[in-house]
Amino acid sequence: MSVRRFKETFKQLLAYKSAVVGLCILGFIIGLSIYAVVTIPYEEAVRAWRLGEDISINNPRNAAPNWINLFLQKKLPETIIMDTLTSGSGARKAIVPGETLGAIRIEFSFEFNYDDFPSELNLFLTAKYNETAPYITIDWIKPDGETIRLNEMIVKSTDRYYISIDSKLATKLDAYLSEKIGQEIPYEIPPQLALFAVEDESLLKPETAQVLKGKYKMVIQGILFESSSDMDAKLVVYGKVFGLAGTDHLRRDLMVALLWGAPIAVSFGVLASVSISLLQMIIAAVSAWYGRWADMLLQKATEFNMILPFLPILMMIAVFYKLSIWVLLVVVIALSIFGSGVKTYRAMFLQVKELPYIEAAQTYGASSVRIIFRYMIPKVLPTIIPSLVLSVSGFVFLEAALAIMGLGDPTAPTWGKIINDAYNKGALYKGYFYWVLEPSFLLVLTALGFAMLGFALDKIFNPKLREM
Amino acid sequence: MKRELISFLKYSVKKAVTLVLVVILAVYATIIIANMGGYVDEIIKAQTRDSINQSVFQNPAYQHLSTEEKKQLAEELYETEIEALGLNKPFIYRSVGYLISALSLNLGRATYLTSDSGSKAVRNIIVERLPTTILLFTSINLMLFFLSLIGGLFLSRKYGSKLDKAIVTLSPLSSIPGWFYGIFLILIFASWLGWLPYGGLVDVPPPPNSVDYALSVLKHMVLPVSSWLVAYSFIQTYTKRTFFLMFSSEDYVEMAKAKGLSPRLIERRYILKPTLPPIITEFALTLIGSWMGAIVTERVFNWPGIGTLFYQAASFMDAPVIIGEVSIYAYLLAITVFILDIVYAIVDPRIRIGVTGT
Repeated sequence: MSVRRFKETFKQLLAYKSAVVGLCILGFIIGLSIYAVVTIPYEEAVRAWRLGEDISINNPRNAAPNWINLFLQKKLPETIIMDTLTSGSGARKAIVPGETLGAIRIEFSFEFNYDDFPSELNLFLTAKYNETAPYITIDWIKPDGETIRLNEMIVKSTDRYYISIDSKLATKLDAYLSEKIGQEIPYEIPPQLALFAVEDESLLKPETAQVLKGKYKMVIQGILFESSSDMDAKLVVYGKVFGLAGTDHLRRDLMVALLWGAPIAVSFGVLASVSISLLQMIIAAVSAWYGRWADMLLQKATEFNMILPFLPILMMIAVFYKLSIWVLLVVVIALSIFGSGVKTYRAMFLQVKELPYIEAAQTYGASSVRIIFRYMIPKVLPTIIPSLVLSVSGFVFLEAALAIMGLGDPTAPTWGKIINDAYNKGALYKGYFYWVLEPSFLLVLTALGFAMLGFALDKIFNPKLREM
Repeated sequence: MKRELISFLKYSVKKAVTLVLVVILAVYATIIIANMGGYVDEIIKAQTRDSINQSVFQNPAYQHLSTEEKKQLAEELYETEIEALGLNKPFIYRSVGYLISALSLNLGRATYLTSDSGSKAVRNIIVERLPTTILLFTSINLMLFFLSLIGGLFLSRKYGSKLDKAIVTLSPLSSIPGWFYGIFLILIFASWLGWLPYGGLVDVPPPPNSVDYALSVLKHMVLPVSSWLVAYSFIQTYTKRTFFLMFSSEDYVEMAKAKGLSPRLIERRYILKPTLPPIITEFALTLIGSWMGAIVTERVFNWPGIGTLFYQAASFMDAPVIIGEVSIYAYLLAITVFILDIVYAIVDPRIRIGVTGT
């Protein structure tokens, strides 16, 4: 297609509203892809996606995207991280060194003014010592001044205290609160609720429990048994919202997969569709040009292909060989080159073959290869562009479908992968709708973008349909 | 007359032979893929060796034997077992055996899967799943077919009307597959509103009397059926409409109009008649295709049909089940194609003398 023809087509396209919308959508998706590729190197994306909890330990589990607060009356909490190693994070550390015994005091203080409880509380500790590890007590001070002893422990060189799953603490808090209210609490009250709640009858039901707003403190007091001993601590008050995309069950930021899903989906779809269309066209042209036994053979190959069920065969290959997404792409192409498109293209080539300019080429002595590739294929090429664009969506969804069957590339972060995780973890039952809706939204957007553009192109390249 | 009969017979035989060849090739290809070119055998051999070694070395009855003797015993047992399984012959040799039994629909026994009734025969496993798939997907496809046929015909008459434009505008919705709409429908009607079940075939536990049972199954069918209708009804109506429009702009239709024939008569005689063969073909192929189920939709709705069976078989590398399903499908498809070819050859004399145009 010459540049002039291209410009003309583009102008014609702009006359269709659907094409303009489609182009805008595709522009957005391609922008997203470029942004992903530029800002997050692929290795890093794969690493962030595969290692999961190891590198995203500071993220809350199953947190909704933070913009959800704009639509909610009860504001969900964000994550608060306080670390003695980062200044200005609300953590203070003081050491009183001594000859044999030293004292350490770490204080975390933070404002908690959200309407909902945090999802988890974790304390991460690191201690430096040679033989005897530091011994600490941990106290929790509520805004009303109430002080609760959380734990006493020996801190190993890297230690963690999972406050929200400490069952001993839970029992203790339950007893304390029951006494304070004067009634038994009829359910197992989790520590993160007990520690942040207004201590009155509203606690008797988990739905009515109120957050006590204000300044909270956690005080860690410890004894260092060696003069060179030291300790650092990080308190993470996990929220219920995170970032623009939220997180999944492994605390991974969904944004990584949402961003990287775009280039993977688009390139998978476009590569599959372009190579399948081109290969089918070459096969059809060869079949139409040579005729006779070549034609017969290729026609039988399409029938053979029709009997082989596409998805089961593809699934089998994916299961057996655990393929990466690009090898999978090659398999998809190989399974599709004798698809139904061949018959349609062949019919077109049979007509093209009879045109006078082909005869002219033959008389000047052009070879069969030259005629097929220089005269026949370029003639038909423009007419298949619409169906080529239209079929992209199908392949984008094919990748998603394989991921949903658990058969996609195990390393690549894709949209289908997110939906698969969400499905396996019962996101629809538990109401984590964002988990399904975000990747779905992007998938739909991509599919509609290509579909709208394709339909408009169809009207331009196949004018017979335009009048209908 | 006699010459015509002979040419017709020649045509039929040629068709039949090529179709049989294609079926044989397709089934053989499936056998090779499903056995990973013989690799599945190696897996089975390794598993057999493991289990025999374990049983020999842990069996107290063999405690008096020395390690050497135990090893030898295990080796002997292994050889017999492999021979019993027929794995001692090379894969290529056995693949031909598989081919013959697959083609004679002697489907054999599954490697891992069992039917709900506990049978390991591939035939029973397939027969058990087939009704649920037919119930759901054949119904969906029948609905889609007739809906789009009637809708397409209607729109081709009302071409250019508001409804027509609306359908044309909505047809890009079909770029999104049915299973995907399924997820949304589950989200809205099961998760959010709680009106309909998330998936499955019937309530758990299944209702005891058959009327309630049927109603429960119907309730479970609502969402999958709707998801496919949303996904495919617009595009199918649109394609049929365009198809009818193309035929109604033929010269002979114009001619009939000029003659002053009634629109009804024109439609029946000049539009529907020539469009009938492709429509019948589509109908037959859709019906056969629907028996294969839909793997992804069945997974989304947790529907226990043939698609799910395919998925399980592929995940467990259960080659006999996959080969069984594919061979049944290949036969059905080939027979259908053959019958259609013959019917068209009878109806349309151009076909049997080979002037098909394209």
